[in-house]
Amino acid sequence: MNEVKDTQATSSQKMLFTMGGIGIFCALLIVLTYEGTLPRVLRLKAEALEKAILNVVPGTKQTVAYSLVDGNLVQGDQESELIYAGYDDAGRLVGIAIQGEGQGYADKIKVLYGYSPEKQTVIGFQVLETKETPGLGDKIAKDENFLNNFQALDVSLNSDQSGLANEVVTVKFGNKKNPWEVDGITGATISSRAVGSIIDESASRWAPIIQGQLEQLQNQASNE
Amino acid sequence: MNRNKEQGFFASLASNPSTNEFVKGLWKDNPVYVQVLGMCPVLAVSNTAENALAMGLATTFVLLMSNILVSLLRKVIPKQVRIASYILIIATFVTMTDYAIQAISVELHNSLGAFISLIVVNCLILSRAEAFASKNGIGKSILDALGMGFGFVFALFCLGAVREVLGSGSLFNIHLFPEGFQPWVVMILPAGGFFTLALWLLFFNLLKRRKTT
Repeated sequence: MNEVKDTQATSSQKMLFTMGGIGIFCALLIVLTYEGTLPRVLRLKAEALEKAILNVVPGTKQTVAYSLVDGNLVQGDQESELIYAGYDDAGRLVGIAIQGEGQGYADKIKVLYGYSPEKQTVIGFQVLETKETPGLGDKIAKDENFLNNFQALDVSLNSDQSGLANEVVTVKFGNKKNPWEVDGITGATISSRAVGSIIDESASRWAPIIQGQLEQLQNQASNE
Repeated sequence: MNRNKEQGFFASLASNPSTNEFVKGLWKDNPVYVQVLGMCPVLAVSNTAENALAMGLATTFVLLMSNILVSLLRKVIPKQVRIASYILIIATFVTMTDYAIQAISVELHNSLGAFISLIVVNCLILSRAEAFASKNGIGKSILDALGMGFGFVFALFCLGAVREVLGSGSLFNIHLFPEGFQPWVVMILPAGGFFTLALWLLFFNLLKRRKTT
């Protein structure tokens, strides 16, 4: 590097102006890009969620978001925990898509699963976000045997409607005997156990709320 | 600028001063295989060919834009605050790229994850700004950025393709092997990145040695 002779020392004012000028220019660029891409980003995210809901609650034609406010389900986005009720063509409630999350092996795992209030079972499952080890832990999102667990996973309520009758547990691969057990994945023990406990935790919280306010959810479509 | 005497493959192109700025990044001064710069994204996101390409192109875009701006402002920026200015400029373009990738595909954005923001500290970009764009005109800087950028894309793609073929048995998600193929899981893990990089470095050094002897 050829040394520039510092004969006329740069005044701090000039440095300040240059940095400030570049800063303002850069800020402008960032704001423009943000504003320009925001509508599309939001649309893509909404589309991805919509697709996930369709996947976990098969047969859905129309979805309505509900949020939990003071223990009551209120229609609309209240910036709190959301669940999505899916209705078919005739306006009948098919199932409810619920988000759950919990600690996996590498980081938090976020999942979306479909709950059928009629059958009291989990009817669909999809991993929304995972940073599990590629090739091992991330099998929870792809392994077909594992995903088949969630087509009819029993999450019926106990007699006093306060929680689940049977805890959802992940068992060793091939050892599933009861409808509330999840067949694990060899090589992804921690991740598949995590999914079991995420569903257990989330379902034992939401299932009683949903069953208690089922009428409101079922009548929703006819109100519109 | 030191322009070494060229030998071999790109010799005719490289002897022309205007095309040399472009070609040197592709081959002779390849940022990954010769300069060994920017190893963090190279190892981290080259687990599939698609990720590698996306990461390479994102870096190329940032490199190109920051080289242009640094070259334009090279007489305005005082020497004492040049690094801070370069970082500011690079960070801006990285943020813009981040939003753009999010708008292109949420899935792609998820798989590249934190490594998009980490382009800011990719030493390849800062080194081109400091060593080249701040001393050369805009035309040369664009050529330099494109050459280095495509050299980076090429290197990342070589890594990503090998790792995806061996680690997942596919290329661009198209399956290549018959049913019975058992993927080498280690190739998509970080260790596989090191193995593959080592083999490519070995290959390029052998080529170089053969040319000089």
